[in-house]
Amino acid sequence: MKKRPFGGSFLTALTFIFLYLPIIVLIVFSFNSTKSRTVWSGFTLDWYRELFSDSTFLSSLEITLLVSVLASFIAAVIGTFAAIGFFNMKKNWRSPLLAVNNIPVINADIITGVSLSLLFVSAGAVLGFDLGFGTLLIAHISFNIPYVILSVMPKLYQLDRNLFEAAQDLGCTWFQTIYKVIIPEIMPGIINGLLIAFTMSVDDFVISYFTAGSSVQTMSMTIYSMTRRRISPEINAISTLLFAVVLVLLIIVNIREARQEKAAEKKEKLLKGN
Amino acid sequence: MSSAVNESLSALSSRHRKQAFAYPYVLWMALFVVIPIVLVAVYAFTSVGGGFTLSNFYNMPEYTAVFGRSLWLAFVATVVCLIVGYPVALAISRTNPRTQRILMLMLMLPMWINFLLRTYAWMSLLENTGLINRALGALGVFDLINSIGLARSASPSQYVPIDHFQLINTGGAVVLGMVYNYLPFMILPIHSVIIKIDHSVIEAAQDLGASRGIVFRKVIFPLSISGVISGITMVFVPSVSTFVISKLLGGGTNMLLGDLIEMQFLGSAYNPHLGSAISLIMMAIVIICMGVMNKFGEGEEQAVVM
Repeated sequence: MKKRPFGGSFLTALTFIFLYLPIIVLIVFSFNSTKSRTVWSGFTLDWYRELFSDSTFLSSLEITLLVSVLASFIAAVIGTFAAIGFFNMKKNWRSPLLAVNNIPVINADIITGVSLSLLFVSAGAVLGFDLGFGTLLIAHISFNIPYVILSVMPKLYQLDRNLFEAAQDLGCTWFQTIYKVIIPEIMPGIINGLLIAFTMSVDDFVISYFTAGSSVQTMSMTIYSMTRRRISPEINAISTLLFAVVLVLLIIVNIREARQEKAAEKKEKLLKGN
Repeated sequence: MSSAVNESLSALSSRHRKQAFAYPYVLWMALFVVIPIVLVAVYAFTSVGGGFTLSNFYNMPEYTAVFGRSLWLAFVATVVCLIVGYPVALAISRTNPRTQRILMLMLMLPMWINFLLRTYAWMSLLENTGLINRALGALGVFDLINSIGLARSASPSQYVPIDHFQLINTGGAVVLGMVYNYLPFMILPIHSVIIKIDHSVIEAAQDLGASRGIVFRKVIFPLSISGVISGITMVFVPSVSTFVISKLLGGGTNMLLGDLIEMQFLGSAYNPHLGSAISLIMMAIVIICMGVMNKFGEGEEQAVVM
């Protein structure tokens, strides 16, 4: 199958143009000196200046970072312990619990958002609280934990069973076994889950929209109200900055991975040479 | 002997203790996953006064058009994603590992940009005075159409020349928005399944005289069906439930199920009971679709973690 059909490559090229063209247009017009989204009239950085003096945007950026960091860390802790717990359960308990765990992943965001908002509104009426940062944080933790569990579970299955026994034979208590043996072994899965959770939180709009109430705004919610109310090149400036951040992060991650792979290859060669 | 019994006992109890690590999350799920969904069901079957009622569902025929439009647009978007996504996934899987890695990164990069921004990008392209219409104007497309229209028109004095195509605020724009946002969700799972296909199976088929078409139909496609199924669900579910894409690209005229639900909870027509009833039906649609999809394949949802 080495022969590559021309049609496939052509379609792939078209797909990438389709995916990137709108983003490139957005980026280009973030430097446009008038508000027009279609006519180029000169270079400016005014929209960036305006963006960074827009207090609504800045406070919503702060909220997004705060809720994403808190939610992904809390989800990583609860999710890791939950995964270890599930792993040690009998199958007839584990399967239904994992099925419930998958509900927020499979369900449409709008239903997760609406159902949580019903809970928060009815509980708030009884206990006397309003929707706000607290409910937003709980919602984010809730939809993040399943991703942590889904990325930690496979690592647990890859663990060598003898490892526990070796640790216990060498005198580790069950608690030490977990902290000194299991957690370090599944760390890549935890970090992976944490990163997925963080990006899900930053990216989320729908669930935040239903659970944050009117006093708190995430960045997505600010962008949404910007797109609804007025034409503003500030949106283009946000896109450009986000694109740059994501691009740099992806390049760093990729270079690190490539280096690690090379190091591993070298090690293997050395071992074989001996 | 007794030490062996002791050991297995302690192993058992350590298993029990480790099991307990999941209890906080089990409680969490009960509170924030199960109870909210039960609440949706309770609201759907009660009236504002609190009594049991089915009236929320009796009103449903009013919204038949919205249901039909939602299902149809999501279906079209899913089919387009499959028709485009499958060959692209296949073509990417046939490049060398280095190119493949770069292409997959390039595929994921736009997904990391907030989807409101991606949708907004199309607003400025599709507007009546947007870039696409301007480009068509500059190419003389509208002049051409107008001159033909004028020549053919029975009363030339009443002919209204056009200067743009209506692109935004149409069903087509909504489908475009869905395809643009969710196409990577189709390509990623299909690609991850195709690259795992054992190459010797394909070679065996070729050695036995199968043509390229037959190799694809009888070997590659059947082995990639689980990726296709995850792809279809990952495109269809967000498409059928969106309210943002329809708001930004569909204007007021292309209301979808998501818009209808949003209106009942946060919009002008505040009625969480009706909203819950519609949500319940949407959940049923999603579950039915996934059930049907799982009938076709082994149904292992593994593509969720990329």
